[in-house]
Amino acid sequence: MRVLLQQLLLGLLLGGLYGLAAAGLSLIFGVLKVLNVAHGELIMVGGYLAFWLATGLGLDPFLALLAVIPLTAVLGLALYGALFGFVVRFDEETRIKNSLLVGFGLALTLHALAVRAFTADERSIPTAYWGQTVALGGLVVPVGRLASLAVALALIGLTHLFLARGRWGQAIRAVAEDWEAALLQGIDVRRAYLLAFAIGTGLAGAAGALVSVGYSISPAIGLEWTLKALIVVVLAGLGSLVGTFVGGLVLGLAEAASALTFGGPYREVVGLLLFFCVLLGRPQGLFGRA
Amino acid sequence: MLEVSELSATHGELQALSGVSARVGAGEIVALVGSNGAGKTTLLRCIAGLVRPRAGRIRWDGEDVAGVLPHRLVERGLALVPEGRRLFGRMTVDENLRLGAFPPRALREREATLDRVYTTFPRLAERRRQLAGSLSGGEQQMVAIGRALMTRPRLLMLDEPSLGLAPRAVEAIFRVFTEINRSGVAIFLVEQNVRAALGLAHRAYLLEHARVVGEGSGAGLLDDPQVRQAYLGPLAVVR
Repeated sequence: MRVLLQQLLLGLLLGGLYGLAAAGLSLIFGVLKVLNVAHGELIMVGGYLAFWLATGLGLDPFLALLAVIPLTAVLGLALYGALFGFVVRFDEETRIKNSLLVGFGLALTLHALAVRAFTADERSIPTAYWGQTVALGGLVVPVGRLASLAVALALIGLTHLFLARGRWGQAIRAVAEDWEAALLQGIDVRRAYLLAFAIGTGLAGAAGALVSVGYSISPAIGLEWTLKALIVVVLAGLGSLVGTFVGGLVLGLAEAASALTFGGPYREVVGLLLFFCVLLGRPQGLFGRA
Repeated sequence: MLEVSELSATHGELQALSGVSARVGAGEIVALVGSNGAGKTTLLRCIAGLVRPRAGRIRWDGEDVAGVLPHRLVERGLALVPEGRRLFGRMTVDENLRLGAFPPRALREREATLDRVYTTFPRLAERRRQLAGSLSGGEQQMVAIGRALMTRPRLLMLDEPSLGLAPRAVEAIFRVFTEINRSGVAIFLVEQNVRAALGLAHRAYLLEHARVVGEGSGAGLLDDPQVRQAYLGPLAVVR
């Protein structure tokens, strides 16, 4: 029983990062109708930025987060200007097809650049509290991962608040629902797209930084994280960031449960199985709107 | 105030407008009537900046506005209520209206405008916390009109506002048009309800097969036997 609870707890902690990773993808997809399959590579870039700031400048990784988020957001602005800004000129179906091509190209490029710059080794940020744990009713909770979950939750909350109350946050929601109607209310749709894309990549960067603290990064993690984020987006559905976060937690729990029941190798299978079942039974997602 | 001259535009392969000229003066109500597919919607979309014309000129306040982005035109006092209302259905009535005041100029006067919209449409004040998507067709049209008014337009363009509404709701929104117009806003109205539109309008244009085939005062066109024959049905001619 204790083993089960312990595994579920670890699954929950990892699930928080799945949720954060998926939130950025979901925001970009929901607003721009662009599927950025290089999202995982942006997470990887965020991870290396944090790693570099932590080992190079000696910053605490959680402090480094304050720099990683704006840096990856700016990277997002550049990517939008250079690549995705051209994709959003088309109708929605063409946008998705073209964004897949652009995204795959970007993913390969970022992967190759990262191998060159950082080698293919796995890395993790060494911290003073690495390996430290707190006891919680007989369970062992790694401090770094617990803090990561809290940070992820806070970031989701902040983004949610901005979308609900902020002037441009509301504009982004309006554009997501009907961009032409938004345009007719005087909303600069291109600016809303740009902003949503930058926020999405900033969230990806944050997720990457947190991954490099509690887990490990390498140039090759991108695809895996893109897949996890996609599974969560399908699981949760579009339209609610909080729902997406919960979807991430669900995936983390499900993975842990299946690893325990069927053995470690089946960890990856359960996500895809969930993906499949949700698509069959509830294509709009658990929390999505049809 | 608004001057369209020799405008041509295509809609896919179709010639939607060919050499259309029309104007709307300050404080006027102008109706644009014609059968389905005559090009009425395309004309409004050209003026709003959503469709780029092939040829011709659109002047707003005497300035050529070719290539001006739609959200900039809104800032300059031009609003369009699109066909089918196009509300933000997942937001409340209040959120829809407040979001309407997005241009900086409108934002400064948002609360005052909101009060006026709620005075004009008391029904919306009752439903302000309801999701816009859950309202009846007539109420949704009120939100769409209110949302456009929130941008503080000097010219309000409406594309088929009575489409799909119950007769009583149509009456209600047409009364509101008069009220809006009295407050100094010019109205450019595209309607398939020809009788109501011509009854309201100071002037009107008849659009057929992408061309203007008639123009005159609203009452004048309403009395025109050809117009009566074509748009009001044979019984109208007898009466």
